[in-house]
Amino acid sequence: MMSALHIKRGSNSHSAYNLRSTFSDVQEKHTLAVVVENEPGTLARVIGLFSGRGYNIESLTVAEVDHTGHQSRITVVTTGTPQIIEQIKAQLERLVPVHRVNDLTVEGPSVERELALLKVEGTGDQRVEALRLADIFRAKVVDSTLASFVFEITGTPEKIDAFADLMRPLGLVEVARTGVAALARGAE
Amino acid sequence: MVVQALKDQGVDTVFGYPGGAVLPIYDEIFQQNDIRHILVRHEQGAVHAAEGYARSTGKPGVVLVTSGPGATNAVTGLTDALMDSIPLVVLTGQVPTFMIGSDAFQEADTVGITRPCTKMNWLVKDTDKLAGTIHEAFHVATAGRPGPVLVDIPKDVQFADGQYVRAEDADLGHYQPRTKGDAEEIAELVAAIEVAKKPVFYTGGGVINSGTKASELLRELVEATGFPITSTLMGLGAYPASGDKWLGMLGMHGLYEANLAMHDCDLMINVGARFDDRITGRIDAFSPNSVKAHIDIDPSSINKVIRVDIPIVGDVTEVLQDVLELWKSRGAKTDKTGLAKWWKKIAGWQEVKCLNYKPNDKTIRPQHALTRLEALTKHRKDDRFICTEVGQHQMWAAQYLGFENPHQWMTSGGLGTMGYGLPASVGVQIAHPDALVINVAGEASWLMNMQEMGTAVQYRAPVKQFILNNERLGMVRQWQELLHGERYSHSWSEALPDFVKLAEAFGCKGIRVSDPADLDDAIQEMLDYDGPVIMDCLVEKHENCFPMIPSGKAHNEMLLGEAETQGAIDAKGSVLV
Repeated sequence: MMSALHIKRGSNSHSAYNLRSTFSDVQEKHTLAVVVENEPGTLARVIGLFSGRGYNIESLTVAEVDHTGHQSRITVVTTGTPQIIEQIKAQLERLVPVHRVNDLTVEGPSVERELALLKVEGTGDQRVEALRLADIFRAKVVDSTLASFVFEITGTPEKIDAFADLMRPLGLVEVARTGVAALARGAE
Repeated sequence: MVVQALKDQGVDTVFGYPGGAVLPIYDEIFQQNDIRHILVRHEQGAVHAAEGYARSTGKPGVVLVTSGPGATNAVTGLTDALMDSIPLVVLTGQVPTFMIGSDAFQEADTVGITRPCTKMNWLVKDTDKLAGTIHEAFHVATAGRPGPVLVDIPKDVQFADGQYVRAEDADLGHYQPRTKGDAEEIAELVAAIEVAKKPVFYTGGGVINSGTKASELLRELVEATGFPITSTLMGLGAYPASGDKWLGMLGMHGLYEANLAMHDCDLMINVGARFDDRITGRIDAFSPNSVKAHIDIDPSSINKVIRVDIPIVGDVTEVLQDVLELWKSRGAKTDKTGLAKWWKKIAGWQEVKCLNYKPNDKTIRPQHALTRLEALTKHRKDDRFICTEVGQHQMWAAQYLGFENPHQWMTSGGLGTMGYGLPASVGVQIAHPDALVINVAGEASWLMNMQEMGTAVQYRAPVKQFILNNERLGMVRQWQELLHGERYSHSWSEALPDFVKLAEAFGCKGIRVSDPADLDDAIQEMLDYDGPVIMDCLVEKHENCFPMIPSGKAHNEMLLGEAETQGAIDAKGSVLV
């Protein structure tokens, strides 16, 4: 008769729902721009789709972009195999309040920007060094006391990561990031 | 205003249960005669009854329940309808707007709770928007891939006067799914049809949802091409079981010939099905050598599980129409010699007679009970509606009963909801008062919503509850036998009620039969009785449902009977459900 199951915890290679065997295994990062009806519950519906179907959200920004047309733009950065990314787009597109979904990663070149605020505490040489590095990264000082700065920096997520890494030994105490906003390049 | 909006939408029946937060709407209902309200005994029953109504008529089912527990009790039915793409409009009462968020009596975050189990839902805070939202709700429920929607209406919004918007003036939003298939893809499918040597149609619930015209077109295409056809559980009836191209149902408990045809085919034409895991079995061994075409109105169904070669997004009716037209205009060609060989191979599989069972003259075998039910109701197939609960009896019903028409088979496919059948049968009977409505049930499933027998009796709905009573949770027991070392953990029904006395207590008729010799008379008695019947058919207790593709296996590894079951499911397969 059947023996006890010997299946590794967390393994999904034994599941009927596993799709990887027939599709590419490469994890890709995609930035999706989702234009939605700005009405109560729309964001919850979009986020619920990601959690309910086990998709990743790396970053998410949302704001109303068309006040008269009541449309909001959700920019979501997600990772998955090519097949999962296709599913995410198809699942988003069929939500009733979603107007359109654009995959900025595959639909030609695009610009991505994120804004971050970083609080750095320190005095003496550390403080001077923090300010010098901020200058190199074109970060602005938006608040200052005798023992701290708050820097504002805009750029790609990688640039902000690099700046935060440099600030860490110089007294970084708190970071606030907006997540990515992105647009396709060119006239259209 | 709510009742006016429903009338405008052509609603004739509402299934519901009153409560504090919907009293104003119930007051409106009391003062009119156009809409019939069916009082159920539990809100879950209301939703399943509306599903039965919707599936048997093709119209959306309408439900009215109160806030809090009324809404939460509807959740199972909503999820069931979402999985099986059944159009429903569910109206829930809510506490007044100024009390929302205060943990008021019978308050629940209804739109929050039901968001993942509805196609769309709305909380209406402004009476001026109420009628428009209800009209939009009907549009969303029925357009594209159908599904359940919910409108949550606070009590103060129900009481207030507001601007009424007529259905034809309502803003239906931007939701307009595409229904016309891409011409290039259709041309590719037609080209594939012309040269296929081993084709098979694999059809699903989408054909039923697309309307009776879709079934007519499907029948025309199947007959004209001479291709074999199999169907999922949800698609039964789209092509008649008596048709000579019919291979029977496919899938985990599908027929041998249907599954092998799927495995060996060189062209698979999926019409409105979604490659569910009960159909595909092991994905990397699923129909390895075929070109796959997929017609579906929902783009997210395409390439979700199985990569297809010819994806066609569109409504089944429109796409089949285009396919037929183009195929005929190009000379209606098929590979006749290839097809003849293919049918010969299929005939060999059919020889296996996978549904055969050994007769038993001491105890009733469930397969025999259904074979006799089929024989004794055959002459009423044009107005025979079958519902089921969930489990072994459901699979046997799909295997042993023949479905000739769409909209006559109501079963919980995707969610597998025990307790679906009885309320669904009531909903069907309300929609078709003179039809023969039979719920094929297991005793355990049936008990889950047995309170709805009261609804059947109250509205004189002569539903026939055909309970195959094995005093077991048969499908659970079967799995425990196959992969848990015959340790039957909590899979038997003890302290069962006396179903005949229960029937009498409800005020309907009860029949019990246990001797195969009495079976025909008992079924006839059930059919002849003018009113609801609970039939307690005591069957073989340890019968297994075959054929079966064990979890994690491919279509060509199916089990046909008892001798093959030892060690059939390996450790990999046993984690699957």
